[in-house]
Amino acid sequence: MSGTGIDPAPGEATLSRAGRWIGASVPRREDPRLLTGRGRFVDDLDRVGLLHCAFVRSSVAAAGVEHLDLAATRNVDGVVAAYSAADLALGELTAILERPEFTVTSMPILAGDRVRYVGEPLAIVVAEDAYAAEDGVDAALVDYRPGTAITTMDQALEAGAQQVHAELIENTVLDLEPFSDPHIGAVFDAAACVAEVDVRTGRQNATPLEPRGCLAEWDARDEQLVVHVSTQVPHQVRTAIARCLRLPERSVRVIVPDVGGGFGLKCVVGREEVAAAAVALRLRRPVKWIEDRRDSLTASFHARQQAYRARAAFDADGRILALEADVRCDVGAYSVFPFTSGVEPLMAATELPGVYRVPRYHVRARGIATNKAPTAPYRGVSRPQIVLVMERLMERAARELHLDALDLRRVNLIEEFPYTGINGITYDPGSYRASLDLCEQQLRDEGWYDRRAQPTADGTVLGIGYACFNERTGYGTEAFSQRKMTVVPGYDIAGVRMDSDGTVSLTTGTSSHGQGHETTLAQVAADQLGLPPTAIKVRQGDTDLVTYGWGTFGSRSAAIGGGAVHLAAGRLGDKVRIVAAHLLDAEAADIELVDGQARHRDQPERSLSLAAVAEIAYLRAHRLPKGVDPGLTAEAAFDVLTSGTFSNATHGVVAALDPATGQAQILRYFVVEDCGVVINPRIVDGQVRGGVAQGIAGALFEEIRYDEQGQPTTSTLIDYLVPTATEIPVIDIMHLETPCTFTETGAKGMGEGGTIGAPAAVLNAVNDALRGTGVELDSVPIRPDAVHRALGGNS
Amino acid sequence: MKDLQLITLTVNGTEHELVVESRRTLADVLRHDLGYTGTHLGCEHGICGACTVLIDGSPARACLTFGVQADGCSISTVEGLASDGELSDLQRAFSERHALQCGFCTPGFLMLAEAYLAEYPNPSTEEVREVVAANLCRCTGYQGIVEAISDVARSRRESR
Repeated sequence: MSGTGIDPAPGEATLSRAGRWIGASVPRREDPRLLTGRGRFVDDLDRVGLLHCAFVRSSVAAAGVEHLDLAATRNVDGVVAAYSAADLALGELTAILERPEFTVTSMPILAGDRVRYVGEPLAIVVAEDAYAAEDGVDAALVDYRPGTAITTMDQALEAGAQQVHAELIENTVLDLEPFSDPHIGAVFDAAACVAEVDVRTGRQNATPLEPRGCLAEWDARDEQLVVHVSTQVPHQVRTAIARCLRLPERSVRVIVPDVGGGFGLKCVVGREEVAAAAVALRLRRPVKWIEDRRDSLTASFHARQQAYRARAAFDADGRILALEADVRCDVGAYSVFPFTSGVEPLMAATELPGVYRVPRYHVRARGIATNKAPTAPYRGVSRPQIVLVMERLMERAARELHLDALDLRRVNLIEEFPYTGINGITYDPGSYRASLDLCEQQLRDEGWYDRRAQPTADGTVLGIGYACFNERTGYGTEAFSQRKMTVVPGYDIAGVRMDSDGTVSLTTGTSSHGQGHETTLAQVAADQLGLPPTAIKVRQGDTDLVTYGWGTFGSRSAAIGGGAVHLAAGRLGDKVRIVAAHLLDAEAADIELVDGQARHRDQPERSLSLAAVAEIAYLRAHRLPKGVDPGLTAEAAFDVLTSGTFSNATHGVVAALDPATGQAQILRYFVVEDCGVVINPRIVDGQVRGGVAQGIAGALFEEIRYDEQGQPTTSTLIDYLVPTATEIPVIDIMHLETPCTFTETGAKGMGEGGTIGAPAAVLNAVNDALRGTGVELDSVPIRPDAVHRALGGNS
Repeated sequence: MKDLQLITLTVNGTEHELVVESRRTLADVLRHDLGYTGTHLGCEHGICGACTVLIDGSPARACLTFGVQADGCSISTVEGLASDGELSDLQRAFSERHALQCGFCTPGFLMLAEAYLAEYPNPSTEEVREVVAANLCRCTGYQGIVEAISDVARSRRESR
């Protein structure tokens, strides 16, 4: 292919054992450009006359803004313009849950007379280069009238506390009891065992290696504001920009270049993206904004800071009788578009029972506003926490009942499917029990239980821990509608076009940012069209190219996006068969598409190349059968109409604790996972490993911290401890396959499971190593000083 | 008034003469003045290593180096690894081992590994892992990166 300008992916692409492209470890289409420095990330874009912007940000957590003076800024060498909220007069971002338990607050694009967290943007400075823009920021003067910073949930809930928004009561944005049971107390009173946990999880930042950024430019010919954004959700960014700038949606085009990771942080709309677009429109010049790491850590979006008081009642055999939880999520200062500040409490409350049969359930979940950066969905969204809560309850109950903790899980695991839980969710078939059995067997066969029983040469203490969980994926319109967002994601739309030479382009509403959709979605279409994946070019992330899409988040793309691709490619195949049948004087039902040919099923010598069929469809349309339109295109929407489809896994971890330092080192990490039909094993394994790494990060290392004044103290990667290669172990994976019956391909989503299971498995392993010390840890990140103290160290 | 300097850089064998502000980082010079956008900026404070390039053969953070400091130096960037459109053995290994997902950190790891293998051609897997810990990747969990570099060390050794 050299000389064509097209990169073949390195390595041979071969069909799966079943003779299909689905299931084959096809080399990634994305790799050659990314490996040679020819990827195109947003900061790689350049324009003649490009301006750069930076933001004047609040230096205090809670204050009235007395005065914002940009006069000196505007005089800085190289600064072109500087605008305050009043100068731009933009609409606000308002993300709403249509629930009486939700209090609506708005997020202005630039803060006006009040700031609510350190890093909140107050003004945009536009300059000839990025250095001058920062000079301009430094020259801005802001007079604050300081208020009391609300930095913890306890403080937020105190009587008489300052309210983060005047509309709030008790700083509570959402307070719901979706499942209540007034008589549950009696079950606890009568139970053989009541296990209780008090779990806190640290605030995290998703930390994509590429921070956020955009380049906005006015296209006078197309009369469009074109905004290139590093985002997961191009259409939702278009909607937000159109609303805030009061433009028709067709006057905004959002294009997503290569995206350097998102993990949820880029599935909400950034205020800076809207502001940069507004300035490009106003100045009629291209404007670029590239976030730096400090702003990314302190002023983009956070997640995960939650507190649970939970208890479960068990009978003497270890069977769960009831579950009760009080959940509080520190959602920060604003509700983010489109997911709202309710996403964490909603998901926690709805999905807490997890893989276990829970007959009685009572939950209260709250979102509490604080003067910290707003929260966005982050890989796993509340599931790392709820799995941790359930798995700690299991361990504690087992200890109190003197039962084996894995046997206690086995008593409670859902084994008959479909299963409709007390939470109203219907779980499609999975391999909950088998994954646990196989995971335990693997660690036993490897001799870890024997090693755990013996003293180690280096004085470290070994512990073994597990987490059993499922991962709700493929949230369709039905599942999302129950959240009652005013913007309801779910379905996806794919388009397929075969051009006159037989080459195929595919559009998808999903928006890959590392997941390899250019490869996997081509595999799905390839099986439908009898073409190799390399013959199919996937186009995505362009609101003018794609009919509509919800982007990529919540492990939806393989399940839902893949379903739409399967249907659209199938429809295109149907039309190809009709045209080919006419030309071959056969019935369409007898035509099969194989190896780039349309051929008669029983007489394979009667065949035409797809290129020949396509040529007729466009260039010799007079030869088409009567009533068949020229062209070879198809579009299809796909949706999941159930609760979603559930992947599942068991993680097994062996951890070694160093009594001298209190540090946990992971010696062994084994995953038995089931995500239904695997489209590309290489990519699935990559998602599992990368997910586990982020889960380990949350268990042992990462925490966004603030001081009592609401000043962020983790503003660099020296303070915020993203693990390196020496902290992340080899992760081995065993696959089970319980196909989904309603996603067209049998695939389930699986982008988040690694992250969901890891904190609980690591924490359980650490607690197993602490056996006999009388100390049990229920919160993450696990602090080395707590381990050190538990092991008898003086600290 | 801007503090401007005339510098000469040889990038992947091509000589460039240009005028830069003293405070301009080598990363910005490479990316925005010369168009070598394969070098990425992930933190601009020397931790993530996405901007790793080779200065006279040694790996360096282009975000912590001023352009003027590299005056007269020979710089190697990711754009120089493939020759005549053919991926290098290391680039191929990264793809085969799925050592990249979003690909943003990848150029930094490739340059780090090139320099490392040139100096230490016989590393153990654990030594590779120690070196890989110089940079951050958020997508892969590092396993593929360690395997890819170890594979290349082995195959280069065997072909010597």
